Amino acid sequence: MNRWLLWIPLVLFSLFFAIVAGGLMRPKDNIIESKMIGKPIPEFALPAAIEQRPALTTTDLATGKPQLLNIFASWCVPCIAEAPQLLALEQAGVSINGIASRDTPEDIANFLNRWGNPYVRIGTDVRSAVQLELGSSGVPETFVIDGNGVIVHQHIGDIRKEDVPELLEILEKAG
Amino acid sequence: MIAEAGLIALWLAASMAFLQFALCTIGLVKGQDEFFAAIRPVAIAQGVLVALSFLLLVWLFVRSDMSVKLVVANSVAIKPLIYKISGAWGNHEGSMLLWVAIMGLAGACIGIFERNLKTKTLVTTLGAQAFISIGFYAYLLIASNPFERIFPVPADGQGLNPLLQDIGLALHPPTLYIGYVGLSIAFSFAVGAMITRDVGPEFAKAMRPWVLGAWVFLTLGITAGSYWAYYELGWGGWWFWDPVENASLMPWLAATALLHSVTVLATRDGLRAWTLMLAVVAFSMSMIGTFLVRSGVLTSVHAFAVDPERGSFILALLAIYIGGAMALFALRVGTVKEGSQFEPVSREGALVANNLLLSAILGIVFIGTLYPLVVEGFSDEMISVGPPYFNLATGPLALILVAIMAAGPLLRWRRDQAKALLNRISIPVFLTAAALFALVIFTTSMSVLPLIGLALAAGIAVASFAPLWKRNLRRTPMHVYGMVLAHFGVAVALVGMASETSFTEEKLVAATPGDEIMVNDWKIKFQAIEPVAGPNWTALEARVTAQYEDEAIHEIAPQNRMFASAQMQTSEAALLTRWNGQLYVVLGDSDEQGRWQLRIWWKPFVTLIWYGGVLIALGGLLAMVGRLRRAVRQKQQRAYAEAMI
Amino acid sequence: MKAKHQRLALAVLALVALVGAGLLAAFALQDQANYFYTPSDIVEKQPEVGQAIRLGGMVQKGSIQRADDGVTVTFTVHDGASFQPATYTGITPDLFVEGSGVVADGKLTADGLFVADTLLAKHDENYIPRELEGIDMTGNMTRTDTLVE
Repeated sequence: MNRWLLWIPLVLFSLFFAIVAGGLMRPKDNIIESKMIGKPIPEFALPAAIEQRPALTTTDLATGKPQLLNIFASWCVPCIAEAPQLLALEQAGVSINGIASRDTPEDIANFLNRWGNPYVRIGTDVRSAVQLELGSSGVPETFVIDGNGVIVHQHIGDIRKEDVPELLEILEKAG
Repeated sequence: MIAEAGLIALWLAASMAFLQFALCTIGLVKGQDEFFAAIRPVAIAQGVLVALSFLLLVWLFVRSDMSVKLVVANSVAIKPLIYKISGAWGNHEGSMLLWVAIMGLAGACIGIFERNLKTKTLVTTLGAQAFISIGFYAYLLIASNPFERIFPVPADGQGLNPLLQDIGLALHPPTLYIGYVGLSIAFSFAVGAMITRDVGPEFAKAMRPWVLGAWVFLTLGITAGSYWAYYELGWGGWWFWDPVENASLMPWLAATALLHSVTVLATRDGLRAWTLMLAVVAFSMSMIGTFLVRSGVLTSVHAFAVDPERGSFILALLAIYIGGAMALFALRVGTVKEGSQFEPVSREGALVANNLLLSAILGIVFIGTLYPLVVEGFSDEMISVGPPYFNLATGPLALILVAIMAAGPLLRWRRDQAKALLNRISIPVFLTAAALFALVIFTTSMSVLPLIGLALAAGIAVASFAPLWKRNLRRTPMHVYGMVLAHFGVAVALVGMASETSFTEEKLVAATPGDEIMVNDWKIKFQAIEPVAGPNWTALEARVTAQYEDEAIHEIAPQNRMFASAQMQTSEAALLTRWNGQLYVVLGDSDEQGRWQLRIWWKPFVTLIWYGGVLIALGGLLAMVGRLRRAVRQKQQRAYAEAMI
Repeated sequence: MKAKHQRLALAVLALVALVGAGLLAAFALQDQANYFYTPSDIVEKQPEVGQAIRLGGMVQKGSIQRADDGVTVTFTVHDGASFQPATYTGITPDLFVEGSGVVADGKLTADGLFVADTLLAKHDENYIPRELEGIDMTGNMTRTDTLVE
């Protein structure tokens, strides 16, 4: 009796370990995909975020050619991490549209000056209303949109180096 | 080159830790003492190197070296020096480095100062300490190198969340970390003692100052954290039971239990196995708490801030250390000889009750904190567990605990009579009954827990001084004063909590400038609203005057701040402190017709909560200093006696 | 009492304390844990009137109305499928605006109104909330409580 009592702490800890390990494995599946995948992007018209790039409206995203729609913010650290990958995608000839979420023109300009500007158009989404309509809930997120303006893929979180080929492939398929 | 020097120092420190562990293992296996002699200098070298590494990181932050990734992400060239320094640990990598640095320094301290312990136990302790450090070194060097360079070098850094630019928050993490790491020493002591089976009063006496020191820092950290949340968040509350707070509370509960059980072991050689278990649990709680908060498993929203790789790494470390220590416990404790006996009614008995209650409270907090994770794991329901649960489940146990706290010190060791106890405690019991009676008659609609809490506090405040009764106050040892002070602090904090909960008066109004609002005996006049600007924010500031009865008129100015860089708005509450409470004013939104929301609280005796916390910590400090002085004196006496022979 | 017996007694006591804590926790959790509901969940699962729940969704555009007292707001929470009218008395958090996400702790009344006693709107440097998906949002929150009578 006394003997097995001594194992109770270890058993309890194992239980804790199992629960937490389960929790740690889950966040990946916990990332909730937009319900908008497979649907055309909602109607919106966002004003230009900076002077150097034009504004962004729904019609800009249905040009017959697949494009990327990247939601970012100057206050977001992972957005800095993905900046080189966006530039690489731009180099590869992808047209990238930006939505700046909850941001100010000066901050966006500073951010782009420092980390590079891969965007063809940037709309500013001050209250992140369009972002929520897109079914995106955080920054950074990136959508692949086909030539007809239909969302075909959603990438949640920063784009890592290893994600670039996958995104290029999806873009190609969408074309 | 500073970053590279820091990295090299870190590698060297890690190899020293490895050497320290190897020396211990080989020495134990081969039973050769020459290996043991080298372990002290190695431990000291490890401490010096890791401290150097940490100082170099701080230096990089002070110099705003923008070629280092961590500095870029967490600092800007223009900001006050203190926040540059605190920026060094205000991030994941830096805080982990601070953690191992404190651990290394603590190991060095054992190496330098610990002279009473048997060599074998000392060596095993240092070996265990090194073994823990190795895991954290590996984590830093493999998964989160704080000295990583960035290329191309950016012009300036990313800055720091404006909410974090606060002196309280700058000092809060190091305070808690010192506490956590102090518990790691207790953990190492326990592991060392389980391996050598050398558990007894000497071991307890060696461990006790570390437990006391850790506990003092934890107490201070929690008290300061509570006050920070109170004045900075503008919600008027002092404890929110959120996972971050619970993460610091759980180690404190375990450390409090350990502190009391180690006394039983030191004085009466009882509770051997239990003390070992608590030492393991206390540090486990520190690691688990830090892990839960930092890994983001509890706040899955943070999934992006955290690398799953890092989370798994730390979880693996937890499994090795905690699982290992608990397995060791199960295997070894059966062979540790049992200590001496005691009757249920005795000082030991009261301390056992204290330990059981603290453990139960710890269990409840632990379950409540983890429960959302469990539910999400087994169903698709989402739940949150908040204050109602924690207050309901821990409140009654905490009140029983403090009642026992009043009686325990009045009991004799080993065996006592219940009747005699009743005699000794009659005055406090009478006071509590009287207070209860008065409160029931003179107050209306007090809820049960604060009512009993306030009544109990009256009794405890007196009972906590009872151990000094009929004693020669000049010859009373310092640690007794420490206990008295700490127990009195509990009573003081309890008065604050109960009073804040029951007697707070609150008004929420939409006021136009010129309006007058009465809250309790305060006459509050909303004078004007004006824009003001600070270095990196602009704010709307309400000019408010407040007058208590017929006393002097005070001006206060709650603000709504808008931070330019972070697009973030914070509410700066205005506080007015009197001896009998605090006035707390928060400015809300405008209704766009010239009216502004003002939220005003009068919180009687709320400050006692934190004064109580400080008294408790001070008591711990007195006890620690007293114990250390006594140990030194006894040693001198022994040396003197030997010299005489 | 023999040494062995005392040790066993202590071990059993510790076990009793632990189990007791577990039972107490389970009992309290049953009543006091807040389940997360979206407006659709409320339609589907019909939580009891007066039960503490946490409501999450988006604030319907054009639905925020301030009462004459200047401190009470009524608004509608929607999740794309269902709507839930709600009311709150207190200082609203900065991020509480039409078209943005909201999470509120409170209770349903008999006539189907959600009375919030706490509004939560999360602000996080790296990520903004996914209220609609019903992620539990603890940590870094701006929040305001309501008046306690």
